[in-house]
This record gives sequence, C-alpha cells and structure tokens, in this order.
Amino acid sequence: MSERRRRVALLVLLGVVLAGAPAPSRAQTSDRTTSDAASPVDPFAGLTSPHFEAIAAAVGRLGAEGAPQAQAVLRALSAHHLFVAEDGGLYVREGESWTDARTGAPVASAPAGARMVRENNRVRGALAQAMAGQALLGGDAAARRDAAVRLADHPDPAMLPVVERALATPHEAGLDVPLQRARAAMLLSPGAPTTGEQAQSAAVRVLRDAGGLDARAVLARFAADEAAPAEARKAARRAIVTIDRRIRLWNLGQQVFYGLSLGSVLLLAAMGLAITFGVMGIINMAHGELVMLGAYTTYLTQKTLTAVAPGLAAFSLPLAVPVAFLVCGAAGMLIERGLIRFLYGRPLETLLATWGLSLVLQQAVRSLFGPTNVAVATPGWLAGSFQLGGLTITLDRFAIMLFAGAVMGAVLLVLRRTALGLQMRAVTQNRRMAALMGIRTARVDALTFGLGSGVAGLAGVAVSQIDNVSPNLGQGYIIDSFLVVVFGGVGNLWGTLAAAMTLGVGGKALEPLVGAVSGKILLLLLVILFIQRHPRGMFPLRGRGVES
Amino acid sequence: MTGGFAFRGVVRTAAAVLAIAALLALGSLLPQSTPLSVSPFVVTLAGKYLAYAMLALAVDLVWGFVGILTLGHAAFFALGGYAMGMYLVREIGARGVYGNPDLPDFMVFLSWKALPWYWWGSDHFVVAAVLVLAVPGALAALFGWLAFRSRVGGVYLSIITQALTYALMLAFFQNGLGFGGNNGLTDFKDVLGFDLHRPGTRAALLMISALVLAGAMLATRALVGGRFGRLLIAVRDAESRTRFLGYRPDQVKLLVWVVSALIAAVGGALYVLQVGIINPGEFAPANSIESVIWVAVGGRGTLSGAVIGAVLVNLGKTLFTAWLPELWLYGLGALFIATTLFLPQGLMGLGRHLVRRRAEVTPEITRPAGDAA
Repeated sequence: MSERRRRVALLVLLGVVLAGAPAPSRAQTSDRTTSDAASPVDPFAGLTSPHFEAIAAAVGRLGAEGAPQAQAVLRALSAHHLFVAEDGGLYVREGESWTDARTGAPVASAPAGARMVRENNRVRGALAQAMAGQALLGGDAAARRDAAVRLADHPDPAMLPVVERALATPHEAGLDVPLQRARAAMLLSPGAPTTGEQAQSAAVRVLRDAGGLDARAVLARFAADEAAPAEARKAARRAIVTIDRRIRLWNLGQQVFYGLSLGSVLLLAAMGLAITFGVMGIINMAHGELVMLGAYTTYLTQKTLTAVAPGLAAFSLPLAVPVAFLVCGAAGMLIERGLIRFLYGRPLETLLATWGLSLVLQQAVRSLFGPTNVAVATPGWLAGSFQLGGLTITLDRFAIMLFAGAVMGAVLLVLRRTALGLQMRAVTQNRRMAALMGIRTARVDALTFGLGSGVAGLAGVAVSQIDNVSPNLGQGYIIDSFLVVVFGGVGNLWGTLAAAMTLGVGGKALEPLVGAVSGKILLLLLVILFIQRHPRGMFPLRGRGVES
Repeated sequence: MTGGFAFRGVVRTAAAVLAIAALLALGSLLPQSTPLSVSPFVVTLAGKYLAYAMLALAVDLVWGFVGILTLGHAAFFALGGYAMGMYLVREIGARGVYGNPDLPDFMVFLSWKALPWYWWGSDHFVVAAVLVLAVPGALAALFGWLAFRSRVGGVYLSIITQALTYALMLAFFQNGLGFGGNNGLTDFKDVLGFDLHRPGTRAALLMISALVLAGAMLATRALVGGRFGRLLIAVRDAESRTRFLGYRPDQVKLLVWVVSALIAAVGGALYVLQVGIINPGEFAPANSIESVIWVAVGGRGTLSGAVIGAVLVNLGKTLFTAWLPELWLYGLGALFIATTLFLPQGLMGLGRHLVRRRAEVTPEITRPAGDAA
C-alpha cells in the first residue's frame, strides 16, 4: 500500500512539473490573459473596445464572474440593445428610455454619439457561453440543465469557476451529471488550470462514461497534447477507443432503426397485396396505383380541410386515414366487379389487364393533378425527432412504424375474428364448398379485394409523409411489394411481416458496405436466388389446399 | 394431325415482312423527288419495329408455347443491344468528342485510365457478335436452370423475371459499371466501315433485319411445329403429367427459354444498329410488359401474331405519341384491358373467327370453371 502511495505521489509531482512547465507559454498565447492585464478593475471595460477579441474576452469574463449587472448587460447585448457612448459609458436602450449599463440607473437623455456594441461570430459564441454561465447560476431547472449541457459540449476553461460554484451549491440530482461532464471537459481543454494527473485521469473517466462526439473531441485534443501527463494521456486514448466502440454500436442501432422504418413502409405497401395476391391469388399490377391514389386522397383531404376549417388542418392526417381507406376500398371493389371478375382462373391475363389499368390510372392522375409532385404537408406534431440513448428517432418514421403495426393488427383481426374473415378464408380454401354453405362468393370476392385495396390506400397515407407524391409513386413500390409477398410466403401475413423487415434491415445493412443502389441490386439478386431455392417463400403454406 | 401445327401463316407473314422491307429499302434509295421515295426516317422506324418484332417472337415462344409469362425479356434484348453498342462505340475511335483512340468518351469523362477487362476485344465485330449471343444466352441459361430445376413457375417466375430486369436496370444506371451510366452508349459513326448515317447502309440494315426476322420465324416454326412442339404444349398445359410420362419438363423449358433469349438478344443488336442508342431505360420492367401485350394483341401462340402485334402496336404508339401524346397511355392501357377481356386470342384469333379457317392456334387447357386457384 505504501509503495503504491509513494508512486502516486511521485506521479502527481511529475504531473505538476510537466503541466507547470509550459504554462507561461500558454498564458502568453491566450488573448484572455493579455486583456486581463489591460483592465483589471472594470469588468465591463472590454465591451467599449472597437476590437472583437476584447469584446469577446469581456463577455467571457462577465459570464464567469457574475457581476451584479452582468446578466442585464449580456441580455442587452444579445438583443442588440447595448450601446457605447463617446465618453466610454455603456448604456442599455429599452424602447426610448436609456439606462447606465454599469449601475442600472436610468439616464435622463440619450447619451451622445452612442453606437451599438459590435458583434461577430466570435462574440456571439462567447455570448452564448456567458449566457449559459449566467443561466447556470440563476435560471430555472430546465435552463440550468440546458446551460450545463451547452457548457459540456463547448468547454471553455474560463467558465470553470461558474461550474465549480454550481457544483458546490445544492442542486437537483439531474444536474449533477452534466455539471460533472462540463467540469471534466473544461479541465482537459487547453488553457485549463493545472490540476495534476489524478484529477485529469478522473476527468477522463467522466468523459469516457459520458461518451459522444463532443467528449471524444476533447479527449482527442488532450491525448495529442504533449504537455499533459503521460498516464492521463494514455487513459484518454483508451477512453477514446471505448467511446468509438460505443458510437459504432449506437450507429448500428440507428441503422437497424432505419431498416425497420423502411421495412414498415414495405410492410404497409405489401400488406394489401398479401390479401389480394396472397389470399385471393389475384395479381394486381395496379396495386401501386392504389397506393398512389391513397397518397393523393391524403393530399386532397389536407387541401379541403385547410380550405374549410384551417384550425383543424393539423388533424388532416388522422382524417385522411379512414377517407383513404374508403376511397381506395371503393376503387378496389369497382376494379374487382368491373374487370377482375371476368378473369378469375387466368392469373396471367389478370396481370396484363391490371397493368393496363395501372397505366390508365397513372395517366388519369397526371391529367388531373399534373405530372409534377404535389406537396403534402407534415403536421407539426409529426415533425422533429427525439433521442433514445444514442439513437435519433424521427417522429414521422416512428409514427409509420406504429401505424404499420396497427394496420397489421387490424387486418389480422378482420381475417381471424370477423364473419367476413371467416368467409374469406372459406372461399379461398374451397370456393365451391363455401358456395354450397351459402356464402355469396362473389360478394366475398369484392369485399376481400376492397379490403386489400383499402389497405393499399392506408399505405398511401403513410407514404405521402416520406416520399414524393407524384403519378409515378406507385411504380416505385410494385416490384418491391410483390417480392415481399413472394419472399415471405404467399397467404401468410406473418411471413409478409418477416419478409418486409428482412428486406428493410438487410437493405440498410448493405447500404454502408456497397452503396445504396448496389445494395438494392444485391438484395434483389439475393431474393431471386432465395425464391429459386424456396419457390414458396420463407413460410410456405402447407396442406392439401395448396395447389401443386 | 401435323397439319394443325404447321403454322402455314408464318411463312406468309415472313414473306410479307421481307416484301415490305424490300419495298421500303428500295424506296429509300430512290431520289427524293420520285413518288415512291421513302424518307430515311421511315426506314429507321421500320427497322425499329422489326427489332421489336424479334423481341415479340421471343416472348411468344416462351409464353405461347411453354406457358412462361416472362416480364423480363427486355433484359435479354437490352443486353444484346449493349454488346453491339460496345462494338459500335469502339468503332468511333478517335472521332469522339475527346478524340481518345482507345477509350470511349464516357470513360474519358470519368477519367478512367484503361479499358475494363470486359471491354477487351470489343473492337472486333466478330467478338461483338459472339457477345450478343453469349452474354444473354449465359444469363438465360443460369437463370432458367435455377428456376426450372426448382419448379418455379407461373406468377412466381413472372415476378422474379421482372425483378431480374429491374436489378439489371439499376446496375446499368451506375457509372461505375462501365457502360456509360444513364446516357448509355450512343453517337455511333459506322459499322464494319460503313457509315451508319448513309441511306444505303440503313436500307441494307433494314433488309438484314427483315431477313433475320424471317429466318427466326421459320426456325421457331420448325422448333414448335414438329414432335418437339407437341412436347412443349404438353409441358405448358399439364407439366406434372408430362413429367410422370417420363419427360423432363425442366430441360425442355430451359432449351426453349435460352433459344428465346437468343432471339431477343439478336433483336436488341439490330435495334441498336438502327436506332443508334442504347441506355438503361431499355431494361425498364414496363418495356418487358409492353412486349407481352404486343404478343397478346397479335395472338398468343401463333408466331405470326407476335410479329404483327409488335408492328401494329408500335405503329400506333408512333402515331399516337406524335398526334395526341396525352392519350397514348390511355390507349395502351385500354389495349391491355380490351385484349385480355374481349380478344383472348388476339388479332389472329379474330381473323380466324371472321374467315372461319381451321384452328392454327394451339389448344388451350380447359380448367374447371369457377375454380380460381
């Protein structure tokens, strides 16, 4: 034990010597110290200077030292209300009244030759720091937290006293971690007071546990600093490795999220097809156009609602969900009654006829709405993102994932728990027997196709939020949707889910390796090869009902 | 019995193709002032139609006689076109925009230093001709072998053929692949030393296209007309029963599939020679599906019908897109729907119905009514 203590003491001594030796040279290069020497008494003096550097330095000092008027002056500066008069006096203008910035006392008349205190990016940066410092000392809980995070992300050793004071005073538990992070980052930044190797190693540990790119940058700078103690630098290098590994893991998680999000879109687009193709055996090449119709229905709903009741415009998306389902469902039933019903038992002819229909629908939408994209707005409550650990979850993509899950649950419910679902399955399994049981097969056909088309319309609502809404929208989804259904196993919704997620995550996993387009090509080829090996998909239906 | 499978109409159609092509070719060589003179534009257009007719013939061979609805045959067509395009680009030599004798313009533009290995030998016409057949043939053989061996059929096969051509389209759009990215290959100057822009060369190319098409028609007729043709129909209509009788449907299908791909590839090569450009758009799944509708309009399983359908639909497309461009897609869409609903045997079937001749179309299987599966 005593041996170890002696070694530590020796290292501390060494650290002090090493850190102390270059200190003078660092002090010389720091402009803050030079301006300190110029104006030791008046904390506001630098603000009157015509030089940006001096202004920035004065702002920094105000933030750290907390002179009684400091907060008011900083606020005035950020609002462009701080003026310098000819006599070197500082004044704050509020409307038409003027106050002396140093004392806060009102001034009778406008000071002579007042000019605004100059600003550039450097001053603005220092101002943000100083405001954070002030907020840390005097703001409410949320402001203090934001300030601590900002100070940790942009560490400036000049603010160290502020952080120390905040740490020393009683504070809420949530504030401790960011404060410690800020303190550690400041201790390791250039220009920090010399604290010795032990404190620096402790700071390295704090930053290692904090992680993130900002902490990594601080550590990298510290590790590259020749003057720092060797042990602490080594610890910093190890901490960087740890942080990198963690960042890579989070990036992987982010990639998986993108993949699941892409998979949800595929699932939505393919689910309608899984009903019409998987359950009924109809190859509907116009399926993509039904998705497109759903997207245009969303557009029209939004436009109408904005025109009729502008206050409710934010809720046009939830309203578009049932509208798109009904519109596309009705369109689907019309297609089934008017076209597909004459082609039952001839799947390849159905394919051609529905392809022709898709051309007509595309051209019709092009004639009505023009060939260019229409703008579907994203409501405010869907914009933005939130952090989940190291993941950035964008709200619109997250909502689509939830929506896809809800639609899938609803479809499963309809197929498994309703009379219509029972009839659908009966007709699929044995049409003649079902007819003998009194099921009106023609009606069930129309309703099933309507259900699949309605789900395509729901996909259109979701797609309108993340893709361009144009007459060509459907074509981008039709091949992928068919592949998902076939890949998953025809007639099996769970297979469709698995296939959509596999293709989504697989595509996103390949993207960083070989690029987006090559990844897509590779995925297509893999699916083609897979279908060659397993022609009935991942989860084939088994039993007597399956035609050979 | 063999009389029913003789396809006498094929000979007549081939003869008609040759006669019309000869008329147009000769007409284009006459001075502009004479009444029978034909503009070079019409000659190029006719050549394009004949190249498309080759594609339609290829589709009819697999769809009409083996029951494989291919939605990706344009892939073989475009691959054949690219193989010919490679040779034509190399023929430009130092006359390109950048004047580089060894590298095509787009490679200079991408600042490539040397030809990729797969371009070696592409400056020889013979190599190009071999590539036109070898590349699509090899792809078709591999794809068909995998698919037919695992008994992938019907709609599943249609969908993966479509995915195949879609994947190829994405690949050829990439600059890194070395085929000119989305501009494709174009700006050709001459073939075997003959200037591609001279009326004589164009007339000759049209005649060659007509001869090749007529030859392909007669060859496919020979293929499907005899005993082998019976086997094809058996495979198409009752594959399992044919297998139980001791035949190998997978091998039969593979053979016809590869032959069909080769016909499409030759069509693509003729297309590039006359149209003068090949780009990744030719791989678009829509093109493949369009070629199926040519066959459907003409009459599936008749060979002549494919040729007639291809020429007529494309003629309609040319006229429509010139006069009423907005209406073309309505027209094409309506054509798809009307043909499948009201004209299941196409124009050939209609013609036969009107003339009341003996059935030349191959017999369709009759399914129990009302059973959608």
